[in-house]
Parts: sequence; structure tokens; C-alpha cells
Amino acid sequence: MSYSKPKFKEKYGNFINGKFVDPVGGEYFENNSPIDNSLIAKYPRSKKEDVENAVAAANAAKEAWGNTSAAERAALLNKVADIIEANLEEFALVETCDNGKAIRETLNADIPLSIDHWRYFAAVIRAEEGTATELDANTLSMNIKEPLGVVAQIIPWNFPLLMLSWKLPPALAAGNCVILKPAEQTPSTATLLMEKIAEVFPPGVVNIIHGFGPEAGKPLASHSGVDKVAFTGETTTGQLIMQYASKNLNPVTMELGGKSPNIFFNSVMDEDDAFLDKAIEGAVLFAFNQGEVCTCPSRILVQEDIYDAFMERVIARTKAINQTNPYDTNCMMGAQASNDQYEKILSYIKIGKEEGAKVLTGGEACKLDGDLSNGFYIQPTILEGHNKMRVFQEEIFGPVVAVTKFKDETDAIEIANDTLYGLGAGVWTRDAHQLYQIPRAIKAGRVWVNCYHAYPAHAPFGGYKKSGFGRENHLMMMNHYRQTKNMLISYDKNKLGFF
Amino acid sequence: MKYERVAITDEAIKIVEELKAKYGELIFHQSGGCCDGSAPMLFEKEDMYLDDSDILLGQLAGVNYYMNQDQFEYWKHTHLTVDVTEGRGSSFSLEIPLGVRFIIHSRILTEKENNVLNNL
Repeated sequence: MSYSKPKFKEKYGNFINGKFVDPVGGEYFENNSPIDNSLIAKYPRSKKEDVENAVAAANAAKEAWGNTSAAERAALLNKVADIIEANLEEFALVETCDNGKAIRETLNADIPLSIDHWRYFAAVIRAEEGTATELDANTLSMNIKEPLGVVAQIIPWNFPLLMLSWKLPPALAAGNCVILKPAEQTPSTATLLMEKIAEVFPPGVVNIIHGFGPEAGKPLASHSGVDKVAFTGETTTGQLIMQYASKNLNPVTMELGGKSPNIFFNSVMDEDDAFLDKAIEGAVLFAFNQGEVCTCPSRILVQEDIYDAFMERVIARTKAINQTNPYDTNCMMGAQASNDQYEKILSYIKIGKEEGAKVLTGGEACKLDGDLSNGFYIQPTILEGHNKMRVFQEEIFGPVVAVTKFKDETDAIEIANDTLYGLGAGVWTRDAHQLYQIPRAIKAGRVWVNCYHAYPAHAPFGGYKKSGFGRENHLMMMNHYRQTKNMLISYDKNKLGFF
Repeated sequence: MKYERVAITDEAIKIVEELKAKYGELIFHQSGGCCDGSAPMLFEKEDMYLDDSDILLGQLAGVNYYMNQDQFEYWKHTHLTVDVTEGRGSSFSLEIPLGVRFIIHSRILTEKENNVLNNL
């Protein structure tokens, strides 16, 4: 089945204080589809004044919103989930158009997962409680969770609606008002969502600001009217945001880059069965979402005695990836999100070759016909080399995987941890001891064991090392968006006796 | 002969000069991984806090070019050329509103360059 490009209005506004408004300065930027580089629509080029308006709206709304009951907030979060679900196909189509990813992924992963994240946090706030401890016979310590107030969130372009759905629900569930800035490459599904849910929340509770990092992102991240900044993106911007937050003594959470190892022990080839088939797919998952995932399993580590046989099958499976029109449900890998991304990936393939990496498959741009010839497509690429090469150390954010061999467990762990990052990792084995011991030895926040690229709302996600700090998803996420109010109550009628 | 770790194309110089005229003194900082990362970012000089962990790789169009020490360890055998391409990043780099994006082209240092620059 094949879809076609959805219809858009000529231009869209920011969503501030419950309605769509034009940017104060009247300026817009053009947003193109990476599928064929055609215009989607114009979006606001917001500046400091627009940020001021959004922050003011959020601050005006925070008192009342923070005092709503968990039951009320949960009902509204569920309502959002229902609305996205009722319009799943439309959201999937707009996402594919804006980001370039294959429609089968938006239909089956991005949008359904987004829906579930709204429902998860709606459920969480109904079930959790504060704590109380009787410290002694006359003293009670009560911990009450309070919202922070106003939260700024800056999200990336690789999973536009899903990243929004990782960020907004926990912040709203905790009772905060939010100003969210989508990436300027992918403003469309955030806008579509606001169109659909404009009436759901009281004005000012959810605000969406579009625009460029230096013009809108920076004033938002550094604003003194904001109580917390949550950021997903790359390290240097993360460092800058932490600097700005330090001026306001604001907490931040950072979800940054990765260079995740995907480790295959020799036992995966003990049988030629469903599990081996799953493991081979696990290696090829580097091409999922065109490799534009912070946890992309971009380093494959294979035990040397199975290396040739295993890689033969991985290469064959990679070559079978169907690159065609992303609107076609048979398309397995779509367009890279933008021209600069495309150029960057090709420059990495070039430096990989120069450093002596061997191209096992791919290694070039992918030329598609007709209108698609203007889009940004790259062949899934496997480079064989060693872990000191730059293609093994830097996040390419494209469908490029670097593969190397290891001798034994010690060697595998050493290579896996020889990286600046620690976001994700994969371990594949039939050995019961390795199943536990290897993941424990890897310095990363998420280790997938005999699976990869699963992102359930109920499992915490986040980085070690230069991949950031703080966690997303899971109940524990709520505490990144709350204060703890400790009430220390004395039931003792007698004085201390000091004065 | 003097060897350099970094260079810049004429097209990129034009953009740097345009932004210098608008913002004053600038620095380049090479970012690490994730969505908009692994790219040179241009900031106002006082915007980013730098210390001994930021290595000065050279000066391009009068703008200092820095990289974090631990990243430098993996990059120091390569020569970098800053170029510019049409595109739209979502970082705080100053060229983004112009609809262009700085990009790095890399090559391996020659043996001679490597000996001199990395004190081998």
C-alpha cells in the first residue's frame, strides 16, 4: 500500500496560552520534506518576545494546574492518548512527510508508542503515593510531591512526536506547565497535536514555540521564569544549556549522544534457529530509522570464531533492505532528515575509508527516481575496522555501522567500554552467565539483552558518561519534574528546654 | 614549514565574516555525538565556558577552534576542514538562521604532519 504527501496549510503559528498565535516579529521559516525536498509549510521563526509570552502564559497557569487532582490530570492525559489513537494514520503520515522515515515505522512504532507513553503517565499518577515515616513516637515526617512549576523542553528531530510524548506527559502528570520547542527540521506533528488537543488543557498549560536554536532555544533555556530545562540533543548544546541553567540554579536533565556496542557471542550460532534469525535482525537494526537514533547500535562486536559466518548473514540481510518511497508500506528505510545530515554521513563514510575501514556493503548515497531524486537517501553501510577509528568513536547518526571482532569476554567488555558515551548496548548470547555478567560490566544506562531497540514506557532510559544524566520514561521520571516537600510534624506537647 | 590541524573553505569564511559583523568575537567548538552533533558550532566568544579541557586546534578566519580533550584523543590523527552546506541544524550555532550549516571534512594527517603536530 502506498500513501501520498498529506495536505498542509500555507503557514502555522506558535501555540501559546491555549491558541495559535503569529510570531511577534512576523517572521517564518520554510520547512521542507526530506523525502523529495518539497515545501511542507511555513513555521514561526520565534524570538525572545515569543518566548516571553509563552513563559508568561505558563507562569499564569501553573498555580491552578498544579492544584488539579491526579484524577483530573490523568483523565486529560488519557484524552490526548485517545485523540492521537483516533487519528493514528494522519499523525503517521505527517511524521513520515516531515522526518523522512518509512511509513511502516510511524504506523507501527512512533505513533503507537507515543500513545502508550501518555497512557502510562496517566496511570502512574493514580497509583503512586507520597511517603510518611514515624521518626519517633511524637514525630512524623511526611514527603509530599510538588510540581516544579514551569518546565522548558527542547527535543530533537529523529522521533518528533515520540520525543514530545517522552517529555510532555511526565511533566504534565507531575503538575507542571510546559513550553516545548520542537526541532526546526520537524515542527509538524507537534503542531498537528496542538490542533487536535487545543481544548484539552487549560490555556497556558501546554505551549509550543517554533524557531531556531540561537534565536528561540537559547532565550527559552536561559529564562529565569523557567524552573527546569529538559534537553535531548548533542553534547555541546547540552553543555551550553547547563551553563544557562546554572545562572538560575535550575535542574536539568540531559539525554545526549551514544556510540552503542551490539555484542554477539559465539553461542548465538550454536543453532540455526529462530533465535539466530532474531540476532541477525538485531545486528541489522543499525538501519532502523535510517540510523538516526541516539541508541543506534552503531558498533557491532562479533566473537572471532563466528565472525565470518555471522557477518555473511548480516550483510545479506542488510542488502535485502528495500529503499523506496517512504510513503510505501514496503519501504524499509526512508530518507535522512536533512541535507546537512546527508552530507555529514557521507563525509563520515569517506573518513572511514581513508582510515582504512573496509566497506562490506553500501558506502554510497542511494539514488532514487523521479521526485525522490531530490531527497536525502543513503545506502545502509557496514564498515569493518578497529575501535580506534573515528567511525567507531563518533556518532554518525546515519545508517552506518562499524564492525570489529573480539576474542573473549574481557576483550568484548574492553572494546564496548572504550567510548566517550554510555547510552545503549546490546548483548546477544545463549550462555546463562554471560546474560547477566556482561550487561553488568558495560557502562551504559540501557543494555538490551537478546533484543534491541525496544522502548517501553515502563523501563527507565538514560545515559552514563557523556551520554548525559537523568532518566526518561518510567515512574522515576516523575521525580525529575518535582520537588519534595518534607513536612516534619511534632505531636509532642513539651518544649525542647533550650530557652 | 608550518603544519595546521584545521582549515576553512572560502565559502565558510564568508559566513564566519558575516556573523562576526553581526555578533563580534566568536569561537568554534566541535561538538560530540547525537542528532546535530559531530559538527563545528559557532558561538559568541563569551557564550561558552572554556577551560583546560578544551584544546585549541587552531584559528580560522580569526576565530579560535576548540575541541574537548577527550574527543581530541580520538581525532588528533586527522586534519579538519570547516566547510558550509545548505541545511538546518537545531543546535545553538549562530549560522543556523541563515539556512546553512557548518560541516567538517576530514582527512588523515600525512606522516610528516602527524610527526610534527603530535610530537611523535
